[in-house]
Amino acid sequence: MKDNAAGLGQTLTKGPRTLINKKLLKNQRTLILMGIPFAIYAIIFCYVPLFGWIMAFQNYKPKDGLWHSKFVGLLKFKRLFGDDVFLKTIRNTFCMGAMNLVFGTVCAIAFAILLNEFWTVKGKKVVQTISYLPHFLSWIIVTGICFDVLSMDNGIINEVLVGLHIIKEPVIWLAHPKYFWWIVTFSNLWKETGWNSIIYLAAITSINPDLYEAASIDGAGRLSKIWHITLPGLKPTIMILLIMNIGNVLNAGFEVQYLLGNGLVQSVSQTIDIYVLKFGISNGDYSLGTAAGIFKSVVSIALIAIANFGAKAAGEESLF
Amino acid sequence: MVERKDQIQDRVVRSTKKAEPIESRAKSAEEITGNQSLFSRRTTGDIIFDSINTVIMLLFTAIMLYPLINTVAMSFNDGLDALRGGIHLLPREFTWKNYETVLAKQGMADGAKISVLRTVIGTVSSTLCTALLAYVLSRKNFIFKKPLSMLYVVTMYVNGGLIPVFLVYKSLHLTNSFWVYIIPGMVSAWNMLVLRTYMNGIPESLSESAELDGAGHFTIFFKIIFPLSMPVIACVSLFTAVGQWNSWFDAMLYNRMSDKLTTLQYELMKLLSSVTNNNANVETMKNANNVVTPRTMRAAATVVTALPIVCLYPFLQRYFVAGMTIGGVKE
Repeated sequence: MKDNAAGLGQTLTKGPRTLINKKLLKNQRTLILMGIPFAIYAIIFCYVPLFGWIMAFQNYKPKDGLWHSKFVGLLKFKRLFGDDVFLKTIRNTFCMGAMNLVFGTVCAIAFAILLNEFWTVKGKKVVQTISYLPHFLSWIIVTGICFDVLSMDNGIINEVLVGLHIIKEPVIWLAHPKYFWWIVTFSNLWKETGWNSIIYLAAITSINPDLYEAASIDGAGRLSKIWHITLPGLKPTIMILLIMNIGNVLNAGFEVQYLLGNGLVQSVSQTIDIYVLKFGISNGDYSLGTAAGIFKSVVSIALIAIANFGAKAAGEESLF
Repeated sequence: MVERKDQIQDRVVRSTKKAEPIESRAKSAEEITGNQSLFSRRTTGDIIFDSINTVIMLLFTAIMLYPLINTVAMSFNDGLDALRGGIHLLPREFTWKNYETVLAKQGMADGAKISVLRTVIGTVSSTLCTALLAYVLSRKNFIFKKPLSMLYVVTMYVNGGLIPVFLVYKSLHLTNSFWVYIIPGMVSAWNMLVLRTYMNGIPESLSESAELDGAGHFTIFFKIIFPLSMPVIACVSLFTAVGQWNSWFDAMLYNRMSDKLTTLQYELMKLLSSVTNNNANVETMKNANNVVTPRTMRAAATVVTALPIVCLYPFLQRYFVAGMTIGGVKE
C-alpha cells in the first residue's frame, strides 16, 4: 500500500511521469533489492556473452583473451563468405527452415480443422491426445525412431513401399542427399503437428457459432463453411504465428540435422549452428564460429522486422 | 442402428458443449426427438466428408502410434530373432534381456541419477526464480519495472550465440560441473511473461490488504500470489521439467569430459551414434551368439528414457494444453 500511495501521490502532483526521488526509492527498497539479483543475472548470462561478439573481429586466441587478441577487422567475415561450405550451410538452414515453416503451418491448420470436424467427441479427444505426445519426446528419441522407420532391414517405410510396388528394393534413405530435407521435414511434422494445432483449435472454438448456423441456413456445405468461415476466422492467429516463426526459421536447424546427418549427406545436412559447433568449438576457431553466429542473429532479427513490417503494411496483426 | 444412436449421443454432447461451433445449437432438440430428422439433415456430402475425415484421422493415429508401439515391441524381443524382421506391434520372442543389458550398461545409472537430479532441482529453482521475477515486475508502481522487463524481453530476441556463451560459462567454471544444467536456466524470459500476465490479473486489493496488515513482499509473494498463480505455475514448471529431462546438448557441450555428469538422453545419444556409425557391430554380436543386438538394446534404452514422460503424460496433458493457450498471449 505504501508503494501504491507513494506512486499515486506522484502521479497526482507531478503529472503522469513517475519521478524517482528518495522517498520512492525508500518505499520500494524491498522490491529494488529483489530486482537487483535478477538484473545482475541477466547481465552476466545474456549481455556479457554479447561482448564476446568482439571476437569475430579479432584473431581470438584463448591464451591472449579478449583484451590482448589481435584485431583483424572483417577478415573473419570475408573468410566466412568465401567458404563454400558456409554458403551451403546458409542455403541448407534457410531451405529446411522454410520447408519446416510452410509444411508445419499448413499441416497444423489442416489437422486442426479436420479434428474439429471429426464427428465423435471421444474420438476427437483420443486423436488429439495421441497427436501431441511426440512433442514431449526428445529429439534423440525421435531421431532414433527415424532410424528404425527408415532402416534398410525391416524399416516400415521400405516394407510398405516395397509391398505396394512403389520401389523395387529397400532404399537407404539417409544416405541420399536428395531425401534428407524431406526426412527432416517429415520428422518435424511427426513430432510437432499435433502440438502446433492446439493453438489453431483454440482459435477455431472462439469463432462465433452463429456464422456457421447462418451459413447452414443458406445451404453451405461442410467444405464451403471451412473455406468461408473457419479459415478467415483463423487468419489473425495464422498471421501472428507466421511472424513469430519467420524469426525462428534460422533457429529451427540444429538438433534434427545434427542427429540425423552423416558423412554421406553432409553437403545438405549442415546448418549454420552445426558449422559453428564444428569450426568454432571442435576446431577451436572461436572467431570464425562467432562470426557465423553473429550472421545468424542479425539475419534472424532482420527477418522478424521484415515480417512484422510486412504484416503491418498489409493491415494485419503485428507483434509490435 | 447402434451406430446411429452413438452418433446422436455424440451430437447431443457436442451441441451442449458451449464452445463447440459445429452445427446449430437450436437444432439439437430436434435431433434428440427423432432419428428421422437427424438422418435427413445429414446430406450425402456430410457422409462422404465424415467418412474421408475418419479415414484420415485413423491413418494419422496409426502413423503417430506405430513407431512408438514398434519400439516397445522391439525392446521386449529377442535380439537375434529381431534380425529376421517382421516384428510390428508385438514381440515375437519375449525377453527382459535387453532391459537387463541396458540398465547394467556403464553410464546408465549415473545418467539416470543426474537426469532426475537436474529435472528436480532445475525445475524447482527455475520456477521459483522466474515466479519471483514475474512478481517483482507485476507490481504496478515499481519504478524499475520498465528497464528490468526490457532487460529480459530483449534476451528473447538477441543472444550471444554458442561460442561466446560457452566461453562465459567456462570462465564462470560452469563447464564440467553439475550447475551448468541448473544456473543458466534459472530465469526464463518467456515463462516470466506468461507468469506476469497471469499475476497482473490477480486483483490488486488482495496484496494491498495484506500490505496493510504489515506483510512484506516476500510474504505476499509466498502466501498470496504464488498460491493463487498455481495453475500457471503448474504448467510452467511442467514445461521446464520436460525441457530438463529431454535436453542432451548441454551435457555434450559442457560436460563431455566428466562421465559422472552424463545424462540419460546423452547416453541414449551415444548409443544411437555408435549403432549408426558402426553397422559391423551387428555382425560381431551375431557371431558371438549374443541375444542382445544394438537395435533391440537401443529400443530398450529409448523406452527407459521416454517412460517417465509417457507415464505422466495422460495426467499432465491438460496442464500442457492450458499452458499453450495461456502462452499465446500477446505481449
